[in-house]
Amino acid sequence: MKGNQNILMTRTLLLRGMLVGVVAGLLVFAFARWIGEPQVERSIAFETAGDQARGEAPEPEMVSRRVQKSLGLLTGAVVYGAAVGGLFGLVFAFAYGRIGELGPRALAAVLAGLGFVAIVLVPNLKYPANPPAVGSAETIGVRTGAYFLLIAVSIVTMVFSLQMRRRFSKRFGEWNGSLLAAGLFVVIVSVVAHFLPEVDEVPAGFPVTLMWKFRVAAVEIQAVLWGTLGLGFGWWVESSSR
Amino acid sequence: MAQSIFGSVAQPVSIPVIPVREILPYAVFGGLLLLLAIYFVGAEQGATSMFRGTMVHEFLHDGRHLLGFPCH
Repeated sequence: MKGNQNILMTRTLLLRGMLVGVVAGLLVFAFARWIGEPQVERSIAFETAGDQARGEAPEPEMVSRRVQKSLGLLTGAVVYGAAVGGLFGLVFAFAYGRIGELGPRALAAVLAGLGFVAIVLVPNLKYPANPPAVGSAETIGVRTGAYFLLIAVSIVTMVFSLQMRRRFSKRFGEWNGSLLAAGLFVVIVSVVAHFLPEVDEVPAGFPVTLMWKFRVAAVEIQAVLWGTLGLGFGWWVESSSR
Repeated sequence: MAQSIFGSVAQPVSIPVIPVREILPYAVFGGLLLLLAIYFVGAEQGATSMFRGTMVHEFLHDGRHLLGFPCH
């Protein structure tokens, strides 16, 4: 128990979350470069071809493609990974001992799974990732607002459903209670998502397979991030709390 | 019950929780900074701008698209 006291401090969990997040960010960068960049390049080629066909000047390159896909992508991935990792550590600090009797390793895996569903899966079903060439500049305000609003609603609903799960479980047993809570989550986020604005700005002739590959890649990239966070963080905290 | 399902190490009957007042300062200061970092990666110089120009947006362009944020 003494080891537990030393390890389970908020500061330690925050720092470890950020460090695991940096590692996750590096993996995200490698994975995005490998599986995502070909799609980005093809989308930009489509956009440029369209501009040329309409006789418009191509968009000026403020930052070269070479920098965008190397240093830019690396910076974005690592900063994002560290930030999500740090927040993950904070949520873990609060959830430990408060969600059932899960040990560190199991709790981290469960939290990462729930986080992936609430922050990645739900928002992506309504507002999937878009490659360059898709989306008009005039609607960026509405799209950004609706996207972050859906993430916020999804997180709040997840917390609410977890609280309800405890209540349902007392009444209907662990399994049925969990199913009821999951159903509650799905119903609430579905209704909210239904009433958020529709976005359909895919230009005519944009290759369907390219769109599919890009969007699958975007979800896979998030799976790499959340998978690394959940398993890596859990392994670290578990192995040092024994 | 859940413990056996997820196959974790057996814990003593109750797990010591970290008091909220201990988490709060980290959550407020750390959390705000981390959210600000996510804002910069995902949304700065898109719908809203703290700095003028488009350099932040252009530099982080690929990450923004691939991480699923709305971008131009």
